[in-house]
Amino acid sequence: MASALIQRLPYPAQLLVFILFSSVAVLGFIVVMALFMIWFERKIIGHLQSRIGPLHVGKYFGWAQPIADTLKLFLKEDIVPRNADKVIFTIAPVVAFVSSFMAYVTIPFAKNLVAKDINMGILYIFAVSSFATIGIFMGGWASNNKYSLLGAMRVAAQIVSYEVPLLLSVLGVAMLAETLSLTRIVEAQRNTWYVFYQPVGFFIYFTAGVAEVNRLPFDIPEAEAELVAGFHTEYSGLKWAFFFLSEYANMFIISAVATVLFLGGWLGPFLPGLIWFLLKAFFLMFIMVWVRGTYPRLRVDQMMGFCWKFLLPLAFLNIILTGLIMVLAG
Amino acid sequence: MNTENSPPANRGLLEVERLYLNMGPQHPSTHGVLRIGLVIEGERIVDAEPDVGYLHRSIEKIAEKRTYLQFIPLTDRLDYVAAMSNNFAYVLAVESLLEIEVPRRAQYIRVIMAELQRIASHLVWMGAFTNDLGAATPLLYGFREREDILDLYEMTCGARLTYNYYRFGGVSRDIPTGFVPGAKKFISGFWKKVDEYEELLTENEIFLKRTKGVGVLSREDAISYAVSGPMLRASGVKWDLRKDRPYSVYPEFAFDVPTGETGDCWDRYKVRIEEMRQSRRILEQALDGIPEGEILPPKLPRTIRPKKGEAYGSVEAPRGELGFYVVSDGGTNPVRLKIRPPCFVNLGSLAAMVHNCLIADLVAILGSIDIVLGEVDR
Repeated sequence: MASALIQRLPYPAQLLVFILFSSVAVLGFIVVMALFMIWFERKIIGHLQSRIGPLHVGKYFGWAQPIADTLKLFLKEDIVPRNADKVIFTIAPVVAFVSSFMAYVTIPFAKNLVAKDINMGILYIFAVSSFATIGIFMGGWASNNKYSLLGAMRVAAQIVSYEVPLLLSVLGVAMLAETLSLTRIVEAQRNTWYVFYQPVGFFIYFTAGVAEVNRLPFDIPEAEAELVAGFHTEYSGLKWAFFFLSEYANMFIISAVATVLFLGGWLGPFLPGLIWFLLKAFFLMFIMVWVRGTYPRLRVDQMMGFCWKFLLPLAFLNIILTGLIMVLAG
Repeated sequence: MNTENSPPANRGLLEVERLYLNMGPQHPSTHGVLRIGLVIEGERIVDAEPDVGYLHRSIEKIAEKRTYLQFIPLTDRLDYVAAMSNNFAYVLAVESLLEIEVPRRAQYIRVIMAELQRIASHLVWMGAFTNDLGAATPLLYGFREREDILDLYEMTCGARLTYNYYRFGGVSRDIPTGFVPGAKKFISGFWKKVDEYEELLTENEIFLKRTKGVGVLSREDAISYAVSGPMLRASGVKWDLRKDRPYSVYPEFAFDVPTGETGDCWDRYKVRIEEMRQSRRILEQALDGIPEGEILPPKLPRTIRPKKGEAYGSVEAPRGELGFYVVSDGGTNPVRLKIRPPCFVNLGSLAAMVHNCLIADLVAILGSIDIVLGEVDR
């Protein structure tokens, strides 16, 4: 009935309703996913590090931990440094978040469960998620703090650098699937997941993806032991929460795109497609949390060296090999 | 600090602007009370100058206003991560003035407490150091095992951080019945725990990259800066007071003194890990051979009045040579007390190690020194 009502509306109104509906759905998903990730991460790290608290808050499975964390963030004082650029300081977390938000539009959660399936899906995701760099850099720059400035410069260097192998690693998949549409890439994997054809590409994508979302061992822009907290040193309360909401949102994007490109997206037996998709994506997020509990942080020059001297040549090699094999195999 | 001493680097078309950066005192890696003035070009450090004094409590002056006995609890507050070792060094100095003999049981108890303290202190170091490198997991592991040691201490003297346990001539009270079995149980499981730390860190590629060749302190520099403890041994100098200027009953125990080769952060890490294993060896022998008997000499005056003179007592504390120099005029309190803290001296070598390194390296180097600011500032 609702769809019949919407179809009677003029086209601009239909578009508006569609945008509103998609936005609310995506925002709802991000918030619920972030709450779940707080619990998920605290719980896994709790097991890895023998922490007692996060395993028991609320008695059963530590379910009250995300609520406690969220309440704490709401109650924290909102501080803006006296000499900060107040406008830019305030809008920076929103800019960082909006870029992640926009990327969700093209992710196919299941067959026919995608807000907008466009034929340049991969390029669109990488293009809009790059905006996060600007948001984070704005925050670091506007804070009027040398540590934040150093963190902001690290962000720019890191994300811009790792974007290159990240994109190159995807080319192998695009060559195999002969499309850039995420939905069609998933459908092309009906027989075999691309992770078996492109293991190197998957490794490069996932490693560079972890760097893109500033997770350990690449959390060099925030590096609390060196730069206090880098770009978000001066942020507190909800503004800080927005940065971390976008971090979790980006983590999910990286995992979701990896699922689509390499792990067959929603494809899988017995269970509904959406469940398969979420299981695969959260498995990759689990690996990110596991790595966080195991590795120390790289140094900034080591991180850049790893990108330019190892990942980038490997990505080129992967493309050349994929092309050669495709030509030879006819 | 003069930032104008040498011109900024000119790299091709770009002239690099120098930045003066206050690292600390409110910085997680400077333990809240140390300030390091940094001159940086980008992230590269041109000059680093530690600025201490944010925690100064005039403890040496306070010692002159209190009786000898009243000062023991204050030694706990110097290096609060190794309070037992501080008790130990101070009572050794005063005992040397008093010329009293400590019963063998008390000697054994002292060694047991000191070696447990070494393990507990190295565990805190391991956690803080690796946390500075961005790994939080070893910190939690270190604190997990430290809890067992604190339980043993609590069982013995009722305190978990500041023990006030050593006395002139012995210790304040005997170890309780459950102590020896509890300590044996702890050390029997501790082998596996050290292996676990090694598995997590020694074989970790990123940890190796962050520590090998970072913050090298040559053998010559280590000696000329009067560095002591694991830092000195990591630079290849086999010097350990427990072997080279023996005190208490240490000569009765078999243990090795681990040394490093290059004096970098990696060597300092390896030396401390190995020291935990060696402490465990000493503990095994001491717990097996602990004799029965008194814990204090039978005739000890209620008010201590050492004869006129001066004495220096020192121990191999977890961070290096910890010494107390006490001057007596025959009264009830020292007329002068001077502390030789290993941290303060070791921290002096920081500038020699950090030149031209990155900010991330500075954090690693500072962590590898193992500073406790209570001891640095006194």
